[in-house]
Amino acid sequence: MFKGLSRNDWLLLAGFSAFVLLMPIILQPIGAAYPALMQKICIFGIFAIGFNILFGLTGYLSFGHAAFLGVGSYAAVWSFKLFTMNIIPALLMALVFTTIFAVAIGYISLRRSGIYFSILTLAFAQMCYNLAYSVLTPLTNGETGLQLTLKDPRWIDAMFHEPGAGLPRATLFGIDTSGGGLGGFYLCAIALIVCFFFSVRIFRSPFGMMLRAIKSNQTRMRYTGFNTRPYLLAAFVISGAYAGLAGGLMAATDPLAGAERMQWTASGEVVLMTILGGVGTLVGPVIGAGVIKYFENIFSSFGDNTLHGVFGFLPDIIEQPLVSFLSLFVGEGWNLTLGVVFMLIVIFLPGGIMEGLRRIWSRLNRRHDGGEKIAVAQPQPAE
Amino acid sequence: MSMSNVVLHVADVHKSFGGLKALSDVDLQVMEGTTHAIIGPNGAGKSTLLNVCIGRIPPDTGAVVFDGEVITGKQPHEINQMGVVRVFQTPEIFPDLTLLQNVMVPAFAKRDGAFRLNAIQTVSNQHDIRDEAEHWLEDVGLKDQKDMTAASLSRGDKRRLELAMGLIQRPRLLLLDEPTAGMSRHDTNSTIDLLRKIKARGMTKIIIEHDMHVVFSLADRISVLAQGQIIADGTPDEVKGNPKVQEAYLGGPRQ
Repeated sequence: MFKGLSRNDWLLLAGFSAFVLLMPIILQPIGAAYPALMQKICIFGIFAIGFNILFGLTGYLSFGHAAFLGVGSYAAVWSFKLFTMNIIPALLMALVFTTIFAVAIGYISLRRSGIYFSILTLAFAQMCYNLAYSVLTPLTNGETGLQLTLKDPRWIDAMFHEPGAGLPRATLFGIDTSGGGLGGFYLCAIALIVCFFFSVRIFRSPFGMMLRAIKSNQTRMRYTGFNTRPYLLAAFVISGAYAGLAGGLMAATDPLAGAERMQWTASGEVVLMTILGGVGTLVGPVIGAGVIKYFENIFSSFGDNTLHGVFGFLPDIIEQPLVSFLSLFVGEGWNLTLGVVFMLIVIFLPGGIMEGLRRIWSRLNRRHDGGEKIAVAQPQPAE
Repeated sequence: MSMSNVVLHVADVHKSFGGLKALSDVDLQVMEGTTHAIIGPNGAGKSTLLNVCIGRIPPDTGAVVFDGEVITGKQPHEINQMGVVRVFQTPEIFPDLTLLQNVMVPAFAKRDGAFRLNAIQTVSNQHDIRDEAEHWLEDVGLKDQKDMTAASLSRGDKRRLELAMGLIQRPRLLLLDEPTAGMSRHDTNSTIDLLRKIKARGMTKIIIEHDMHVVFSLADRISVLAQGQIIADGTPDEVKGNPKVQEAYLGGPRQ
C-alpha cells in the first residue's frame, strides 16, 4: 500500500498535506481563511481530482459528473434523516449509492467514445436533474430540497439519547462538522489529502499506465490483448465515487441537498476546474478548484459600491463608464470573468495553470544557468 | 519442436467488399516453427487476409482456425491472448508514452491477462517487466532512447518499436505486415537478423512483404496471392520457378 512511491511523490504528498492543513494560516493574507470557503475548496478539489482520473488519464470527457455529486448528497442526507447524524454512515451511503449509479451510467455511456460519450453522460445527468424535480420528489423533496426536520426518525441516534430541542448538527463522534467551524474544514481537508494520496497511487500504478495507453491508442490496446471496456468502466466508477464522496461531504458540512447540484452547469464547472488547473496533472485539478472557488467568492461579492470605492480617485467622467463596464464582470456577472479567463487559458496555455508554472520554472532555471543549458529530455523518476 | 503441426489454418475464406472480391477460396496452412511469407502484387488481398486472421475483418464464409480452435468472430484481445500478435503496416504505437512504457504495456497484457485492476502496485516496482522491456528495446536498437516519447521517433524506428512490443509477448504466431517498409537498408538488415534470431527460438511467423530480399532471407514457405486467390504455394525455390507467379508479377494476362 505504501511501498513503491518515489521520493518525489512522498515530497509532493507531504507538501500537499502541509499546504491543505495550514490553509487557515496560509490563506489569511488573501482573505480566504474562513471555513465555509476553505471547505468548499477542499470538496471541489476532491470532485476535480476524481474527474481528472477519468478525463486526465483516459481522455473520456464526462459532462454528467454532477449527477454523482447530487446522488452523494441525497444519500448522505437520507442517512442523517433515517439513521444518525454521525457522518461516517452518511459518507459510506454516499459512496455506495454513487458507485452503483456510476456502474449503471458508465456501463451504458462507455459503449460510445468521444463526443457521443460526452452527450450520453450529459443526457443522464439532465435526466437525473429533471427526475429529482418531478417523479422522484418523495426522495428529493423537489424544489425545496431535502432537509432535516424534527420529525425525522434517526433510529440509531434515538436508541442512545432523547432528541434535543432544535435541529441536530452533523458530527464526527462529537466533533461538529456542520456548524460552519473549523471542524467541517478539517474533515474536508483530511478527506482531500486521502483522496489525493489515492490519486497519486492510481497515477503511478500499472492500472494508471493502462488508462494512459488507452488514451494514447485504444485500438492498439485491443490488439495488444487488453479488454479496454472494464478498464474504462473502472476509471469511470472510481471518478464517480470521488464525486459521490464530494457530494456526501457537502451534506456533512451543510445537511441539505438540492437538485441544482446536478444541473449541467455544475458538471461544466468541474470540467473548467480540471482544464484550468491542468488536465492529467496531479495537483492541477485542485489548484483549478481552489482558484475558481476563491475568485467566485471574491468577484461575486463585489458590487458597484466596491468599484466606486476602488476607482474613486479618478475624475467622474472616467470613473462612471469604467465602473459601469467593470460591473459587468463582478457580482452576478462573475461568470463572464470566468469565461474570459477560461478562453485565455485554453488559447494560450492549453496545459492550464500547471503548464504556466512549468514554463516559469524552466525559464528561471535557464536564466540561472546563464542560458547555456540545452533542454534535455528529463528521464522518468525511476525507483 | 515438431514441424508438422498446423498452427494456423485459413479454411476456404471468402471476403467481398461490395462487388469486389478481396479474397476468394483462400486456403492456407501455416506449420509450427516456420516463417511463412505471403507475397503478391498491390491489391492482391494480403492485408485483408491478415486482418481476417486477427479478427479485424470477419470473413463472409470460411473460418480461421488457430491451434485447433476457431478464432473467427472472437474479439481482438481474445485472439491476442491466445498468442496471435500482429505488427501493423502503419506503426500502431502509444505516441504519448515513452518507449519503455510502450514495450512494458504489452508485457502486462501477457502477464496479467485482458483485465486486471492493479492500482496497488507501482509501475516502477515492476522490475521483471521493466528489465524485459529494456532487453527487447536493446534487441531492436532503441535502448538509448527509452525515456523519449514515442511520437518523436522516425517512421522506421516506430516500426522497430512496434516489433519489440510484439516480441515481448512471446507470441505463438507473429503476423508481420511489411516489417521493413520505410527502413534504410542498414535497418532492414538488422531487422532481418533480429527476425532470424527469434526464428531460432521456434516462433511461427507470417510475413507480408514486398522486398524480395527480405522474403528470400527469411521465408521457409511462400504463398503467392493474386486477385484474392492463392496462385502458388511452396518453398522459395519452387515459387521462384513458377510461371504463374512470374506472370502475376510481370503484369501479363491475368487468369
